[in-house]
Amino acid sequence: MDLKLSAGDEAFRDEVRAFAAANLPASVVAKTWSGRHFEREDHMAWQRALGRKGWLTYTWPKKYGGPGWNVTQRFLFENVLAEIGAPRILPFGVKMVGPVIYTFGTEEQKARFLPGIRESSVSWCQGYSEPGAGSDLASLRARAVREGDHYVVNGQKTWTSFAHWGDWIFCLVRTDPDKKPQEGISFLLIDMKTPGVTVRPIIMLDGAHHVNDVFLDNVRVPVENRIGQEGAGWTCAKFLLANERLGIAEVPASKRGVQGLRDIARAEGLSDDPSFRDKISDIDLQVAALEMSELRVLSDMAAGGAPGPEVSTLKVRGSEIQQRIAELACEAVGDYGAPYQPELLFRDSNESGIGADHAVPAAARYFNMRKTSIYGGTNEIQKNVMSKMVLGL
Amino acid sequence: MDLSYSDEQKQIKEGVERFVREEYAFETRRKIAATPRGWLPGNWAKFAELGWLGMAFSEEDGGFGGGAVETSIIMEAFGSGLVLEPYLPTVLLGGGALALGGSKAQKDALLAPMIEGKKQFAFAYVEKQSRYNLADVAVTARKDGAGYVLDGHKGVVYNAASADQIFVTARTAGGQRDGKGVTLFVVDADAAGLSRRDYPTQDSLRASELTFRNVKVGADAVIGTLDEGASLVERVVDRAIVGICAEAVGCMDAVNKATLEYIKTRKQFGVAIGKFQVLQHRMVDCFTNAQEARSMTLMASLKIDDPDVDTSRKAASGAKVQIGKSGKFVGQSAVQMHGGMGVTDELSVSHYFKRLTMIDTMFGSQQHHLTRYGNISMAA
Repeated sequence: MDLKLSAGDEAFRDEVRAFAAANLPASVVAKTWSGRHFEREDHMAWQRALGRKGWLTYTWPKKYGGPGWNVTQRFLFENVLAEIGAPRILPFGVKMVGPVIYTFGTEEQKARFLPGIRESSVSWCQGYSEPGAGSDLASLRARAVREGDHYVVNGQKTWTSFAHWGDWIFCLVRTDPDKKPQEGISFLLIDMKTPGVTVRPIIMLDGAHHVNDVFLDNVRVPVENRIGQEGAGWTCAKFLLANERLGIAEVPASKRGVQGLRDIARAEGLSDDPSFRDKISDIDLQVAALEMSELRVLSDMAAGGAPGPEVSTLKVRGSEIQQRIAELACEAVGDYGAPYQPELLFRDSNESGIGADHAVPAAARYFNMRKTSIYGGTNEIQKNVMSKMVLGL
Repeated sequence: MDLSYSDEQKQIKEGVERFVREEYAFETRRKIAATPRGWLPGNWAKFAELGWLGMAFSEEDGGFGGGAVETSIIMEAFGSGLVLEPYLPTVLLGGGALALGGSKAQKDALLAPMIEGKKQFAFAYVEKQSRYNLADVAVTARKDGAGYVLDGHKGVVYNAASADQIFVTARTAGGQRDGKGVTLFVVDADAAGLSRRDYPTQDSLRASELTFRNVKVGADAVIGTLDEGASLVERVVDRAIVGICAEAVGCMDAVNKATLEYIKTRKQFGVAIGKFQVLQHRMVDCFTNAQEARSMTLMASLKIDDPDVDTSRKAASGAKVQIGKSGKFVGQSAVQMHGGMGVTDELSVSHYFKRLTMIDTMFGSQQHHLTRYGNISMAA
């Protein structure tokens, strides 16, 4: 056991830093620090650069175009990117559907879909939740009826992040309504340009537009776009959710967030305020514990294990920590959390903020972060999973 | 001891609740928030007509002789509908300053027409560096003949764009954070040299940044005693704190009701999600929090005019701590129990959450008032 970095690890870290410095426009990094939202092209251009370098799919096996990094290298890569202020890698292709395709897909499907993800030439979104199927995902009702070599899909998906940016959507659909809920589900890949696919924006409490309703109205999907057997969609779904829960602990972003809090405290004259200092130290230590817990899981995975149900605990703590950091930033800016400046958050505007730069996104971010204990399976559901699968209750 | 409302108080309560029910449906509120002013003059006229603007002022001042309990009744009902009309800056802050510190002439010129609905106020006390310290005042008021010249910047001034008069703290003596040497002035909103940058706030209200450049006022612009404005403002703010605590109680009850309804009707796993024990307990905690908030607010409304100044200061800070704590728990829980719907703009739940968050910050956060309460108690 060892926490120290080798000379090789340090050289690797320098290489990632140099790459990011050369490939990330300053204007994009500036958005990270000022809390502004990224445009589609900010994400895609950065991901294409990573793709050309062979680093975008850094969690994939070498066989499918991954760089073959060990756990330490992945950890360093994620941390350097967060430290430097890179836009997060959108998970829908790289972390979600990609692994499903290379694990459950046919050779033809792998050849057809994986390059677009590796190169970030195709953007993906996730069609899981429905208005009546949130925590109880298996009750989903979007119906796919087989007609010759096509499925005809009807239904509504919701909370679909970046559907308005998406070229393709991966969907859970019901192919057999007579089987047990989990057994009648299939996993389909749908081209968003197919007739009958409509996207409606959902505006969030901070005024942002990230998520959408996706309506599927007699959408014809070729049977060859189904991943896995008909009725085996739930296996793909669970596999994907376990991967998703691992990623959404967002430890590197929270580490950056704690640093940001100290900067805000200094700027707000709070660095000598004992109660506020204690609050920062407390959350700093929570991040440290979470990071070590995540490293333990990654280390187990490197030794050949799959992420088990205990990753739910990482998701719960990760979300609570992100929320707390946002809450403390909001507390720190005091009265200057009140001005609402959507033009500065959501649009490329040259206008100056009402308060200090760090105050502009503080309240919006606090409000927005409430989603983290809801998405990817609510924290209540995660705890149910834990109590059942880990504790056997 | 009697903690029940009088018949008159019940009547006021029913009247304000009826107004909210009839005029403040959530979709109506959304439309009101989108108007250029952000509030409706017709509603304001109604407030005047129904006597709500003068409710808490003495009959001598042209009011109806009520007090903090009546103010709380009105503010609680406003909170339940997230009412946008500028009652807090105009009546509680501007009106409160005039009632406590205004001369007969100032009351005649400003308070009486305010009660009739003809004048609106804003209260400029925040500065970029002041962080809840009411005596941290960098705006200066320099003696100029018989009057004064004001220079400097005030921030997050609610209702400044609609106000006829701005109440503003300025330094007439001493160092930037000295308690002595702060004076409260009243300035016409259209005074030469006063400029504004207007913006909406997170909770759909309107506020402004104000810049004073060589703004000239007469000697009669001083409210209360020269150099003694800090304690006057503290008093005004403490009374306003009770008002926003009551507003928060109204917000909490309304959002709890919406959440309870939601968990009774939203089905997952074949049952209403309110059947799950983890949500039942959380809902119970929400109710307990709202009850504690109501209790502390009621106590504050009964103690805020206590002749012992520490009693009244502790009452305000105590209630504000409770409101901060309860408001956060209730707001966050309401969003969580609504799931994805809770984080959208579409339902009222997120709007209550945002208002409760802003109330926690306004006039000092939970932490600020915890410290203040401790300081007053230790010194006693």
